[in-house]
Order: sequence, then structure tokens, then C-alpha cells
Amino acid sequence: MKWWLRDFSGLIYLLSLLAIGLINLWSASTTIGVSLFTKQLIWVVIGSALGLWCYLADYKQFENIAYYLYFGAVFLLGLLYPLGVEIEGAKRWLGFAGFYIQPSEFAKLGLIVVLARYFSKRPVQEDLSLSELGLPILMVLLPFCLVVFQPDLGTGLVLVGILGIVTLWIGVEKRAILFLGVLASLGCVGGWFLLKDYQKQRIISFLDPWKDPLGTGYHLIQSKIAIGSGGLWGKGLGLGTQARLGFLPEYHTDFVFALLGEEWGFVGAAFVILLFLGFLFWAFETAQKAKDAFGRFLAMGITSLFFLHVTINMGMTLGLLPVVGLPLPFFSYGGSCMVVSLIAVGLLLSIRKKRRFFG
Amino acid sequence: MSKSSPKGKWLFWVILIVFFIFLGRVWQLQIIEGEKYRQLADKNRLRLEKVLPPRGKIFDRKGRLIVGNKPSFDLFMVPADLKGKEGFARELSSLLDLSEKEILKRINDARSPFEMVRIKKDLSFEELSRISAHLWDFPALRIVVSPTRVYPQGPVAPHLIGTVGEITQEEIRRLRDKGYEVGDYIGKSGLELQYEELLRGKKGGRQVEVDAFGRRVRILQEIDPQPGWDLYLNIDLELQLKAQSLLEGKRGAIVAMDPRSGEILAIASSPSFDPREFGRFMDPQKWRSLEKDPSRPLINRAIQGIYPPGSVFKIIVALAALTMGQVEPQERFYCPGYFTLGNRTFRCWKEEGHGSVTLYKGIVQSCDVYFYQLGLRIGPKAMIEFAKWFGLGDFNGIDLPGEKKGFLPSPQREKWFGGDTVVMAIGQGRLAVTPLQLVTFITAIANDGRLYRPFLLREAKEASGKIIHFNPQLKGEVPISQEVFQVVKTALEGVVEDPQGTGRASRLEGVKVAGKTGTAQVRGMPQRVKDPLSLPYEHRDHAWFVAYADADHPSIAVSVLVEHGGTGGGTAAPLARELIKYWLNTRP
Repeated sequence: MKWWLRDFSGLIYLLSLLAIGLINLWSASTTIGVSLFTKQLIWVVIGSALGLWCYLADYKQFENIAYYLYFGAVFLLGLLYPLGVEIEGAKRWLGFAGFYIQPSEFAKLGLIVVLARYFSKRPVQEDLSLSELGLPILMVLLPFCLVVFQPDLGTGLVLVGILGIVTLWIGVEKRAILFLGVLASLGCVGGWFLLKDYQKQRIISFLDPWKDPLGTGYHLIQSKIAIGSGGLWGKGLGLGTQARLGFLPEYHTDFVFALLGEEWGFVGAAFVILLFLGFLFWAFETAQKAKDAFGRFLAMGITSLFFLHVTINMGMTLGLLPVVGLPLPFFSYGGSCMVVSLIAVGLLLSIRKKRRFFG
Repeated sequence: MSKSSPKGKWLFWVILIVFFIFLGRVWQLQIIEGEKYRQLADKNRLRLEKVLPPRGKIFDRKGRLIVGNKPSFDLFMVPADLKGKEGFARELSSLLDLSEKEILKRINDARSPFEMVRIKKDLSFEELSRISAHLWDFPALRIVVSPTRVYPQGPVAPHLIGTVGEITQEEIRRLRDKGYEVGDYIGKSGLELQYEELLRGKKGGRQVEVDAFGRRVRILQEIDPQPGWDLYLNIDLELQLKAQSLLEGKRGAIVAMDPRSGEILAIASSPSFDPREFGRFMDPQKWRSLEKDPSRPLINRAIQGIYPPGSVFKIIVALAALTMGQVEPQERFYCPGYFTLGNRTFRCWKEEGHGSVTLYKGIVQSCDVYFYQLGLRIGPKAMIEFAKWFGLGDFNGIDLPGEKKGFLPSPQREKWFGGDTVVMAIGQGRLAVTPLQLVTFITAIANDGRLYRPFLLREAKEASGKIIHFNPQLKGEVPISQEVFQVVKTALEGVVEDPQGTGRASRLEGVKVAGKTGTAQVRGMPQRVKDPLSLPYEHRDHAWFVAYADADHPSIAVSVLVEHGGTGGGTAAPLARELIKYWLNTRP
């Protein structure tokens, strides 16, 4: 295989996903307002520029500034408490000059970089011991706590998930797994009592959405109806009745995949799932084949980031997981997620470039 | 995969499995269960709204509108869609002719957040246009259009016309086969009930697309409703209003009939009610007070009020005695003012007595003693049989629901004494008839025995122009000879024309009126009552008068009943006179 085809096949996945995502969002904007689409376009341009810069620059620089990035993001998260803009009961946004950014998205990237740096400094080929896991767990816990009390359970899950996937991928001693497993189970039981009522409701309604079809089960039911009613070929662009008539909530953000399923049908939904699959394999391959340790762990962190986002979002939209507010990369409206995603792709390309040059 | 991290290969499979689960899931949702979800989506967005047809209109015999339709715009709200009661009430009250406090009260009275609460019924045009302009600012508001009856002439024969209301659960159960559903309107009483099938029309339908708030986005398909049949009654609007005004302030009934056909020209019952207060939003308190009113305004006394016929019954006794050959017209009886049977004494209404009485004088002066003796001669069975021939104590078959049968005793089956016969001969005792029965009866006299079924509906017209005619129905002919009728009819003319006649108060210049007075005792009085007005109202006699005119070529027959009105000649006869005069003068 030609090197450029191997390296840039990910770019083809990315561009396809971006294109479909933008068309889908344009469709949503016809009822919500055109500014939705133009704003998203601006974010794509900004994100692409930053991604390109990451590609051209040496990702190794990230290793040096890892802690600045990490603590910078944590600082922004902390700023949410005094300055955050509250929307529907959650303080997740910092606003300036009419634009809003979501620090939690940047925190994920900060965590990935700082974890990559930490793991790259240790001897390879050894399973992680419990003591080696102490610091990474603390690194996760700091932003995790800030995020969970915003409240933003989805981001919290992603932060923990990134650590989990990266460490398991490296390998963990059986003792440590056992110990952490017990700890996590206890944490879940304890966490249940810390969950806000609406979060508990969401989990209950996931288990039985028809129990309260107009209340908390509403999102799930309407999402399934939207996707299911799309059928094989979909209802056509701009013709999704579930979304357009207001039955499907949040169809430009968290439930954007339901809009896609409704208007593009099985053909469109399956195609997008396959595109994401190809894209993730491409990202995973980057991690597997990276020559240097930092690049490898960075790529793995990014892979797990995308994997978790896509899995949790689609799982929720398809009624396989409880409703957790997380955007679908390249599809959901939202600048921070788009910019972080494009930076992440730029980093992956940059890592592949290195491998080529030194491999 | 690379040798550098052989342990990490499992993640590849995890990703693959997760995405294949997703693929399988979209396959399941969109392909396998796609049809189900498509239907659910349609159920979300499509509503089948029924379009109620305009109910048939009701006209009088000359085509004058009595009952029409208009849409009533009623304002509702859904508490569940409400954001902030106080602000809502404040803003809404600025658009409505309704105070903030009242609006709040209605909201707070809501039983469930999803049940529509009525804020105001029958919005004025100004209110409607103001609300419509702001409807999108109030997602909780709904305007419901319901067809409402209008009565351009005011309450015309409300007992007869009846009322329309929203269908009840019980009616739906009973009439489901006929396509009735919740929210339909149905005739509840009177002609509205009788001719429900003709009046109701056919519902139309409208398939509309709605958004998540239930607001209509567009109409996809529409089937027009078919209006109900218009009814043309035999009632004459002017005569009807005249009859109603004659009864004003009294309790009683007037029925006027065309003796040549049985067409009912007017049917009035008093006290009355205002049909405009009925319908979907009737004040329950109002309803209770109407129902409990001791004067019973909801009863149609013309067909549901039953009273002893009083002296009107003497016509039957006379006809029977003559037909049976038990009396000669010229045969004389003596009336000293009382009659003794065994150890009982029966008074004549005239204390000093009528002296020597023939049949003519007996009828004209309504001598009780004469008829006591006639009654004893022919016996109770004959009186009952003749009464039956004329339709007394039985349904007359008028096209109205709720007609009462009245009552005729059956002497062979009960304990019967001579005194009972005596009392029955002057129409007292347990005899009970309706004003309608008496007008049918007097019509048969005017017709020399031909008995018509009284009927109200002459024509029904469909919007397409189709017409159904309803023809007079001869129910039968009473087997009494012309000669006998002539004798009695002459006497009935005398009741009005003779200087001694009890019905002189109904005499008209230039028109020969025939009639008979009646005074039905409400309770037996041990002593002769000198001044009836000294009695408590409930104990006073009912006043009857039946008549037809012109006596030779009758074109109208009436029966008048005034409850507790005193004597027939004094109270009822003048009303009959006014009505007949009015009819004969206004007719071309």
C-alpha cells in the first residue's frame, strides 16, 4: 500500500463524516435557524486550522507542555463555578463575545496528553502495578470531580473511560484489576446515592421507557421512533417529522444521530456507523504502530476518546444505553467538541507522519 | 497489528463488536421494526379531527326560521403546557373580557394537568380576533369551535323544539352503532331528540399534521361534513307566539290543531325555559333549580301534563247515550242543584239548580245533575269504551318523545260503585287526559268522527334539495252516526253562542265557535265553595276549554288548560277566543 494512502485513508473517513455531519446539521438548521449551520462552519474552519497546525508541528511539543495543557483545562473547569453560563440546570459553558466554549471538551484532551506523558516515562512491556496507577487516577479524579458536579455525568464517564481503556491496553496486573474492580463496584453503589434525581430517573427510564412516556422516558422513545420510522431509505433531507415537528428533542446536539436515522434511513445510518468504524480502526492502527511511546499513548488516548464518544452517544440514541448528554463527534452542533476533535485528528496524522519519517 | 503491543489487540475486537451491535440495532429498528415505528411517528404527528356537520335548521310552516346554527368559539387551556400561572393570567386578562382573578380560579380548579380547562365560552368577535393574534404566545391555549343552536325568534316552543347537548357516556354506549363518539352533539329532548336521525347530518373528517405541542401545522386531507336535514313544522310561528303570550304568568298548556289534517299549529306550555341556557356549558346550578322548580318548567304540559277532563267529558257521555239510544235529545231531567244516590249527595255546580234540562241545555249549561243520570243509564263501561274510541287515555302518537298516556279506569277490574259512575260522568274521579288528547278529541267531533294523528313535521329538506313530505294520517273513524254528532255539535255551538252558555267568553263576532268548558277538581270539597280565590292556589280547580271554529267549516281546533285557573268558562275560554280570533284574522 502506498504510504500516503495508508496515512491519509483516515482523512477520507474524516472528510466523509464531516460532510455528512454538516449536511445533516444544515437540515436541522432549516427549522432551528441558519445561524446554527454557519456557526458550525466557522468552528470547522477554526478546528481545521488548529488541526493542520498540529499536523505540521511536532506533536512532541505537546509532551513538553502537557502539564500546562492539563492544568489550564482544569483551571477553565474551575472557572465554570463562578462564571459558567447555566443552561437547563447545568453550568457547562464559558461565554465570551457571543461564543461559548465547553471546558470539559478541552479537559479530555488535556487528560489524554498528560496521561500519555506519564505512561511514556515508564519502562515498556511491563503490566501496570497498583502503585503506578495512583498518579493517573488522581489525574482523572481532579477534572472528574469538577465535571460531575457541574453536573455533567457524560464527560465524567469519558474521563474515567479514557484512563480505563489506555491502562488496559497497556496491561494491568491482575491484583490491581481485582482491587480496582472492587473499588469501582463500591464506587458505583455509593455513586448512585450521589446522583442527582434526574440522573437516576434517566437510568430508570432507560430500563423501562414506557413507564413514564411523557416524562423521562420521552427522549428515548422519541429517538427510537425517529430512527425506526426512517426505514430503509429515510424520509429525505428536511422531511423528518419527528425532529421537525418537535417530538424529537435536542436533534441538533445529543440526538443528532436520530435525525440522521430518520432522514437518511438505514442506508445513511449504517454508512455512518461503518465510516466511524473505519475511522476508529485507522486511529487504533496509529496507536498500535506508533514508534515512540508518547505518540503511541497519545494516539491511544485519542482513539479511546472517539470510541467512548461515539459508543455512548449512539448507544443512547439507539436506546441501548441510558440518556447521557454527550455529543457525537463531527455531527453534533457545538464548537468545543468540533475543535477538539479536529485537533485530535491533526495529532493522529502528525503521529503517522513521524512513523513514516523514522520508520 | 504491530508486535509492539500484542496485548492491546483485544481493543480491535471490542470496537468491531460494539459497531456490529450498532449495525444490528439500526437494522432492527429501521428494517425489522421500521413499520411499527413509522406508525408511531404518524401517530405522533397525524390527528384525525372530526368536523361536525351543521345540524338541520327548523322552520315553521311558512318557512320562518325558528332554530338555526352558529359556531361558538370557546377558549380552553391545558395546564400542563403552562409556564407560570400569574403571568399567563395577567397577559390573558388584558385580551379577554375576564378578570385576572377569574382566570386564576379556573386554572386552579383544574383536575388534571392534561385535562383542558375552559376559560371562557362563546368568545365575542373582538375577543376571538385578539386571542387569535396572540395564540402563538400562549401555547397552553386552545380554541374549540362547537356548533351551537341559535333561536332568532327567542324561545319559540322550547318544550316542543327541545334541546341539544354533548353526548353522554350512556348515550354513546347505546348508540355506538350509529357512529356517535365522544364530543358529538345529540338531541336531548323534544323534536331535537325525535328527529335526531334527520337533523344530525354526517360528520366530516380532517387529517391534520400537528407539532409536539399539538398545534396544527397543516391540513393533509379533508372530507366535508354533510349538514342535517332542515325541518319544516306545521307550527305557525305567529300563532305559537300568541299562544305563549296568552299563557304568560299562568301554568297551563295550549294546543291548536288543524282539524282537517291533524297538523299541530301551536303547542305551548307554561311556565317555560330559555333553551339558550342549555347545551354544553349549562350552569349546573341553573339546571338543578329548573329541575327542582315546583312549577316544573321543563315539563311539556301539552303532552305530559295529565288532568281530569272535567265537564269536557260530558260530550262523550252525551254521544254514548245518544248512540246507545239511552236518551232522546228532548228528554227532560230535573236538576234541583243536587243529586242523591243511595245515601250520597252529589252537587250540581249551580247551587240553585238548572230546573228542567234537555240534552242541549245540559251541555250548554254543563248541568252536572243531567249527566249524573245519563252516566248511570249507560254505565261506566260504555263511557270508557267511547272515550277510548276518541283516543283518550292512550298515546295520540304525536311525533314527540315523552307523550303521556293519561288514564282511563277499568270498571270491570276494579271495585266500582255507583258513585264512581256518577263522578266519571262529569269527568272527575280517576280519569286523566292530556291537553293534546282533548284537542285530538274535539277535532274528531268537528270532523264527525274522523280521528287524525296529531303531527308536527310536514317536510324535511336535505341540502341537496331532496324533500320528504309527511302526510296527514287518518287513525280511524268513530262509529257514531251523523245525526248524533249533529245534535251534540249544535249544543257545543250553544255553549258559546247561547246567552246561558258556559263558554260565552269565547264568543267571536261573525264567527261561529263551538266549544265546551271544563272545570277539573283538584280535590273534593265537602262544602260548596263560594269564592274560589279564597282557596289556596294548589287547591283551586283546573280550567279547561276545548273549541273549534268556524263551527260549520272548522279550520282550527284548540284545547286550553290553565292549572288552578278556576272555571273553564272564566279563565280558559277567553284564551281560546283570543287564539281563534288571531288565527282567523291573520289567515289569508
